[in-house]
Amino acid sequence: MHELGITRNIVAIVADAAKGRRVTRIHVEVGKLSGILAQAIVFCFDVVAQGTAIEGAALSIHEVEGRANCRACGAEFATPTLFTPCGCGSRDLVRLAGEELKIKTMELEEAA
Amino acid sequence: MCATCGCSDGAVSRVVGEQTHDHEHSHDHGGHTHDHEHSHDHGGHTHDHEHSHDHEQSARKTISLEQGVLAKNDALAAKNRAWFAGREILALNLVSSPGSGKTTLLERTIRDLKGEFGIAVIEGDQETSNDADRIRAAGAPAVQVNTGTGCHLEAEMVARGLGVLKPVARSVLLIENVGNLVCPAMFDLGERAKIVVLSVTEGEDKPLKYPHMFRAAQVMLLNKIDLLPHVDFNVAAVIENARLVNPGIEIIQLSARSGAGLDKWYGWIRRQAASPAALAVES
Repeated sequence: MHELGITRNIVAIVADAAKGRRVTRIHVEVGKLSGILAQAIVFCFDVVAQGTAIEGAALSIHEVEGRANCRACGAEFATPTLFTPCGCGSRDLVRLAGEELKIKTMELEEAA
Repeated sequence: MCATCGCSDGAVSRVVGEQTHDHEHSHDHGGHTHDHEHSHDHGGHTHDHEHSHDHEQSARKTISLEQGVLAKNDALAAKNRAWFAGREILALNLVSSPGSGKTTLLERTIRDLKGEFGIAVIEGDQETSNDADRIRAAGAPAVQVNTGTGCHLEAEMVARGLGVLKPVARSVLLIENVGNLVCPAMFDLGERAKIVVLSVTEGEDKPLKYPHMFRAAQVMLLNKIDLLPHVDFNVAAVIENARLVNPGIEIIQLSARSGAGLDKWYGWIRRQAASPAALAVES
């Protein structure tokens, strides 16, 4: 349910950066372990964007799979959950990916 | 319809065709390694790459933003944290499901420790000032932040609460977050530690069901242990589950009602209050 607030943040940040220019697409990166449901952002997006410079823009969400590095054995492996251990049994991990929540780019319509 | 994130035509098709979207989406998925590298290499690559896929002929411009969605909250939280550090205030963010006994625990903590520390409380709830009233009755100044439809406290709400509450130097600030094991995990308030309260009337698997919260917390308080003889609750299992998610989590078993285990909780508060510098390196 916090995705509504997250979506508002996305729209506000992009609208601010667009400085009145029309935004046609926004690329957002959402880690699968970020605690944010990409689907819920998409669900909220149109409503939140209404009446802003972002209205009508397309939203592309790139979901990033979880990956970690094991401090015990050095292996790099996929972490589908926050409690996936390394194959060696260790849970002493450095998380490499999967917790992203970032606006990567926006595309603007240029006055030709 | 995108099979991965469920976004529908309506959500994405106004400007660029659904086809393009689908293509890009699936491309991104396969290209995890690419994206990972990208975050080290900065925006230039994505720009060129995605540009060539999407809009070869149109007069469109891609601008790299690379901005964290929660950057604003994080910046305000950092400001709160500096404010606390400057005054040597120990700020704790208490999180749990509704009904775990947070407010009762705070009342008891205030009654038992108010002779030792200045204690002030920020109460977060969607509606009512019932909890702040209870805290004041226990003998601590409190402000109630009603989040309305919001399901969590944010750093800015805490900053406003501080303006009203004006906690004194070297005091303890207890922030009772909205009863919710999901959203408050993501929002840094500037606290030194998140304390997750779980009661034995809940399920042992809650740490696995809500891993973000248990991972974000430094301490888990297992409350209502006076009820253990009456409920089917496996203490060993909940401890194991909490450690699966957060191997370093400190676990204190207590009952705010009977007083069992409270000495350990108070000992933890005393240690934190005595060593502000040691905790500056919070993850």
